[in-house]
Amino acid sequence: MNDVVLQARGLVKEFGGLRAVDSLDFTLRRGELRCVIGPNGAGKSTLFKLLTGQLKPTAGTIHFKGVDVTRLQPHEIARAGIGIKFQVPRVYDGLSVAENLWLSARFRHGVAGAGAIVDRVLAEIGLVERRASLAGHLSHGDRQWVEIGMVLTSDPDLVLLDEPTAGMTHAEARRTADLVREINRRATLIVVEHDMDFVRNIAGYVTVLHRGAVLAEGTMEEIRANDVVRDIYLGKRPRARS
Amino acid sequence: MTGWALWAVAVVVVTALPAVLSAFQIVQLTVFMIYSLLALSLDLIWGFGGILSFGQAAFFGVGGYCYGIVGINSGSTALALTAGVAGAAGLAALLGYFTFYGRVGSMYFAVITLTVTLILHQVMGTTADPRYAVGQARLGGYNGMTDIPSLALEVPGRAPLTLDPVPLFYVVGGLLLLVLALTRVLVQSSFGRVLAAIREDELRTELLGYDPRWRKLVTFAISGGIAGLAGGLFAGWGNFMNPQVFSMFQSALVVIWVMVGGRGTLYGAVVGTLVVQFLTNYLGTASVTYTTVALGAVLVVIVLLFPRGLLPAIEGAVRRAAGRPAPAPEFAR
Repeated sequence: MNDVVLQARGLVKEFGGLRAVDSLDFTLRRGELRCVIGPNGAGKSTLFKLLTGQLKPTAGTIHFKGVDVTRLQPHEIARAGIGIKFQVPRVYDGLSVAENLWLSARFRHGVAGAGAIVDRVLAEIGLVERRASLAGHLSHGDRQWVEIGMVLTSDPDLVLLDEPTAGMTHAEARRTADLVREINRRATLIVVEHDMDFVRNIAGYVTVLHRGAVLAEGTMEEIRANDVVRDIYLGKRPRARS
Repeated sequence: MTGWALWAVAVVVVTALPAVLSAFQIVQLTVFMIYSLLALSLDLIWGFGGILSFGQAAFFGVGGYCYGIVGINSGSTALALTAGVAGAAGLAALLGYFTFYGRVGSMYFAVITLTVTLILHQVMGTTADPRYAVGQARLGGYNGMTDIPSLALEVPGRAPLTLDPVPLFYVVGGLLLLVLALTRVLVQSSFGRVLAAIREDELRTELLGYDPRWRKLVTFAISGGIAGLAGGLFAGWGNFMNPQVFSMFQSALVVIWVMVGGRGTLYGAVVGTLVVQFLTNYLGTASVTYTTVALGAVLVVIVLLFPRGLLPAIEGAVRRAAGRPAPAPEFAR
């Protein structure tokens, strides 16, 4: 069990009377590529907020690399090695592309090392020519890339991707799938995604959330064969999306 | 390169002014430069930290009173000025600790800082009784603290030499340029770049591993220290301190200086202060009947015409005239 990188036990988050996350148990092994799917309101976003410390759980614990991070501040959790990419690209619109990457690189690589990392990642995400542009002036797709670039430069052990292909074209989504696999060589990943083609494409292990708890886990084929899952999720929303 | 040229021009201008201006104008310009320091302290926390503080007048006042108390009791104005900076920075750090670590929202922060200022106004106003004294220094209530020693040049082994208006002008001008240069270095440093990131998006920055609370606290303490320096210089300039420095008017005036000059530019704080203060003086002496109404109207027009402030407007005009595109702001702008 040494290779367990993240373990959540009995996680509960209540908002007033509503249980957004309800006794959730979740285990992730080092190097895994895990897709989390589930209908709207299943608790995916709340789970990400709990894992990054933006919300504190009502009950339950989260261990990351064997350390209890349940009550830590968001910046302490980030320092421990959890990085997140938001659903709507959350970049510094008022700062240049290079400055965005520098800020995410500086913490992990120090002031001296950050410059080289920024140059390397700019090439990886294909934005070398736009390095001096304000991030706010880029297209939606390019801003997604900037944020993915920020995840790459900050070099975390565990990466949380919240709908990385939202608003991307088909070609861009394919490029993102390649990049996700690339990131996965260096880091453990949890991906929340609605696009079923994308989920099948990156071929990860799938966790289905429903009403704040884990409904099923397995490969995409197993999940698709699961009648309960099909009823609550896949059945109502056939592959038409994407 | 143009930056260095402008700095050289600024040094030359400050050096040459006493030869051109009358003694009265020099004394007046000295206090305007002291106010510029106060405006600079607000621009650091507001323009670069993104946190609107109505409390700069409080730190200014605390700096002045600390200068008075230590100056009257010890006779050393260098010690008094240090106490002014330390006292104001300490109050800012205390206030910042409870608000930033308590994750108070920015609106509440503005209200809290204003409230603290007005409380100080009330409290200092009730200290008229002679028993409210620290050592030799009587606080004096609304009548104020009097007989505060003038700034003096202190060389060990010799009697302190009180500064005349022109040397005082040079000391204040030198300090203003020094603080301006240091804050410039600060906002362009790695610390300042992260500070700009916190202003742009605090949560994002936190999730990259930076602690915004600590950085805001440090910036606010530095800002308070600069306001305290201005307050100490003010007390030494006028030999007098009264609770009016904690008034609503004074608190708002600091915000106006920075708004008029252009927030987030540092130089703009100085420009705004000089413009507003000269305008106030001019309207006061030009026998305009309704001075405050006229001043208010001018300020409204400036803010409407140049919402980003005078300095960015001038800069933009110069750039357009030279046919050069605006550079992408690498740092906070």
